[in-house]
Amino acid sequence: MLILNCPYCGVDAEETELAAGGEAHLKRFGPGSSDDEFHDYLFMRENPKGVHFERWRHANGCGKWFHAARCTQTLEVFGTYSAQTTEPPQEIKDAITAKRPGWSWREFS
Amino acid sequence: MKHYSAFAVAREALRYHTGWERAWRSPEPKKRYDAIIVGAGGHGLATAYYLGKNYGIQNVAVIEKGWLGGGNTGRNTTIIRSNYLQDPSAAIYEKARSLYEDLSQDLNYNIMFSPRGVIMLAQTQHEIRGYQRTAHANALQGVQTEWIGPERVKELVPIINLDGPRYPVLGGLWQERGGTARHDAVAWGYARACSAMGMDIIQQCEVTGVRQENGRVVGVDTTKGAIDCDKLGIVVAGHSGQLAEMAGFRLPLEAVALQALVSEPIKPCMDVVVMANTVHGYMSQSDKGEMVIGGGTDAYNNFTQRGSFHHIEETVRALVETFPMISRLKMLRQWGGIVDMTGDRSPILSKTPLQGCFINGGWGTGGFKAIPGSGWGMAQLMATGHSSLTEAFSLDRFKEGRFIDESVAAGVAH
Repeated sequence: MLILNCPYCGVDAEETELAAGGEAHLKRFGPGSSDDEFHDYLFMRENPKGVHFERWRHANGCGKWFHAARCTQTLEVFGTYSAQTTEPPQEIKDAITAKRPGWSWREFS
Repeated sequence: MKHYSAFAVAREALRYHTGWERAWRSPEPKKRYDAIIVGAGGHGLATAYYLGKNYGIQNVAVIEKGWLGGGNTGRNTTIIRSNYLQDPSAAIYEKARSLYEDLSQDLNYNIMFSPRGVIMLAQTQHEIRGYQRTAHANALQGVQTEWIGPERVKELVPIINLDGPRYPVLGGLWQERGGTARHDAVAWGYARACSAMGMDIIQQCEVTGVRQENGRVVGVDTTKGAIDCDKLGIVVAGHSGQLAEMAGFRLPLEAVALQALVSEPIKPCMDVVVMANTVHGYMSQSDKGEMVIGGGTDAYNNFTQRGSFHHIEETVRALVETFPMISRLKMLRQWGGIVDMTGDRSPILSKTPLQGCFINGGWGTGGFKAIPGSGWGMAQLMATGHSSLTEAFSLDRFKEGRFIDESVAAGVAH
């Protein structure tokens, strides 16, 4: 079972306590954007076989949204961090680099 | 290819079964093919088969990273039905179901199609209205289904508990000509028929790149060297996104794990397929006597062929309420498959931005039942550039907002 540490309340939450919220760090496109931009915003996900950044909600706990860095190929968790950011913090990137040298994900690496 | 028949069985019995030949050849790849299909699962092999049978395109290779039928084709719960609401889904799934009816004869390979009937239970007022609407839609689409009351459900499934503690059974949508088939045999039968037409099925050969010139596909790089082709069909389910990336475009897909499990074999107790979508579980009994149970998908991206254990617990809990007699059954095995889900949970059968390259994927949790129809439509699309079966499933529907408004994947809550 997947276990993520909630960065807000500090609890090691089991999967049944959490709600998955899909890919993290999406850039929003709304009225005024082109069809392509809107299409990509709505449907095009990175779907990597490897390093992935995700939104999670500690639904049956403190209720807060947070982010997690995870590997979709091994189910390894690199770390969790606050949702109040547009980019993964350096320590998370370092933790990933330590285990997956040369990784990249969209503009982050 | 030697014809399989009762006579052949008798002949071989007399000579100690020394005369059986391999069902398909395992050749080394040629330098060039008219068409290459990536992925030797059910959909890929069916596409190749109908390219040869319906359009005379027989200089075809089917390339497979692992072994034939070793992905989701061998990992599903083998249910076949076509009781969908929207016209495009009903059309392609009914085409598939009707092809399954005489596929054993067509392929000269027993795929053990068993039209035992499929019931989808209605356990809320909302489901009653939904399924009655589907039954009416199916009547207009020429798909034979009917709405049945709880007494008839009990008659068809004596082991069911109509007055469950949470959700009583209020009726169901009954498709008498739905059922199950032997999933491996579907892949093996198509493979044998493709091989007999002279097509090359190349296993243990991974595609590592898609070669293109001036916006047109010209071949693929593989672990067995470069192979040229005029047309390329990508039919690889969970790894569609990776192949598309090699071909230079992206797909609106996300991969998740879907689980299933089977019990120890028991005496025959249920001769129809029952799906309970509100409580989320479905079950049928295999010819070996095992209860085959379909579980849920994980809510997060996953490329490992296993899923979270709590989904099994939820599914089994729901089924024990619906079928109390299974509460003492031991479960024999559990497994998972990687399914590729699109935004509207309907598949993609489409041309792609790369000329000569076609994609068939995104079947999510509902691919097995569609295999013959999907192959039929995909072959038409690849051979002629157009197919009325696949038209509505094109890649540009997401940009144009032409979603297919139903979760065709499994009809269950994924």
